[in-house]
Amino acid sequence: MAKFIRDNLNKDGIDRRGFLQCMAWAGTGVLYSVHGGILKSVPLLQGAASGMDMEKMKGADFSFIQISDSHIGFSKEANPDVTATLQIAVDRINSSAAAPDFLLHTGDISQLSKPSEFDTAQQVLKGAKAGRIFFVPGEHDVLTDDGQQYLDRFGKDTKGKGWYSFDHKGAHFIGLVNVVDLKAGGLGSLGSDQLKWLQDDVRNLKSSTPIVVFAHIPLWAVYPEWGWGTDDSEQALGYLKRFGSVSILNGHIHQIMQKVEGNVTFHTALSTAFPQPAPGTAPSPGPMKVPADQLRSVLGISHVNYVQGNHSLAIVDSPLA
Amino acid sequence: MKRIIWMFGFVATVVAALALAQGTLPSLAASPADKPASSTTVKIDNFSFGPATITIPAGSTVTWMNNDDVPHVVTSDDGKMFKSKALDTDDRFSFTFTKPGTYNYYCAIHPKMTAKIVVQ
Repeated sequence: MAKFIRDNLNKDGIDRRGFLQCMAWAGTGVLYSVHGGILKSVPLLQGAASGMDMEKMKGADFSFIQISDSHIGFSKEANPDVTATLQIAVDRINSSAAAPDFLLHTGDISQLSKPSEFDTAQQVLKGAKAGRIFFVPGEHDVLTDDGQQYLDRFGKDTKGKGWYSFDHKGAHFIGLVNVVDLKAGGLGSLGSDQLKWLQDDVRNLKSSTPIVVFAHIPLWAVYPEWGWGTDDSEQALGYLKRFGSVSILNGHIHQIMQKVEGNVTFHTALSTAFPQPAPGTAPSPGPMKVPADQLRSVLGISHVNYVQGNHSLAIVDSPLA
Repeated sequence: MKRIIWMFGFVATVVAALALAQGTLPSLAASPADKPASSTTVKIDNFSFGPATITIPAGSTVTWMNNDDVPHVVTSDDGKMFKSKALDTDDRFSFTFTKPGTYNYYCAIHPKMTAKIVVQ
């Protein structure tokens, strides 16, 4: 059973106006549900979702799962078998009592953009019982051919370098690419073409439309010293300001972070491959080595709950091992 | 004074003769501070290039070696002059700088990593 360790990450007491009643993450996946435009999420614990989780899912219009940073092809000490841990993530998805409508993969599918790595990732992900998988690229997925291979495999019918949007049961989903054409000394970048497209994409939407944006590198300044941010994200967020509910889902940093700013909630997901250090706690953001018998727990133990009425976030520690 | 000039001339002649004997054409030193064209290694450790600035004579070859667990892509700031493939752990990339100048470069996928090569 989950062991609750509460940690108030937000001392600002922001009134979320019921917009986010509950958020939760698990390293191998996050199950989100949308209730009348309100995004909720529950962790994917061992086996089927718990009764408590299911209670939160009741009345959900639909649910989806975010997985991230599979890094298929990585074989260093931090995780010699990333295919196995991706498979565990898929198993968790398939054992969830509430079948998700679709999956979002927020990038770094592969380690080196090799065809064999993409093949393996596609093979494992094919086993997930979900209607469809939507992708955005990580910087590891566009290392060759200017990202053409990624586009051919995962980004058909997308715009530019792979950005797109779709509607699902009243919510508007936007997949953004911030890992290409990066400038020396800078951070992640969306670029003017994509920003212009985004502005047009949301122009005719009602302000009450729930917006979910997903991209690889965080769209907020998590830790610019390590490149954990996006240079022109402010401009993108400016176009989304008028919307009542905006959720930003990112990967890249292999750890849970979150921030709430007015109507905008930022989340980053854990990796299915290896953890990375907390900002500034190591010489570099490289893969963090943990004892082999602890790896799965690092990938799969943590989720965060917003406790209704408490105006604070609870970090929930649920070891899978 | 004449004797010193003669000595320099003699030394230069001997050096040139030795170089020719080895079948190489070194860039002859104009002052004692200059080094002949050579090979230099830049190591990539913990998401940084080391040394961050190196000064080399024209014609020198720089080899980058990635010691990190993550790939890096060595790229000139203009993205055109030189660009490595994705360098996995222990992979190397070399480029020969023929013209004097200051060449800034970075990692194309971790653009916070910046450094420069000064070619004299």
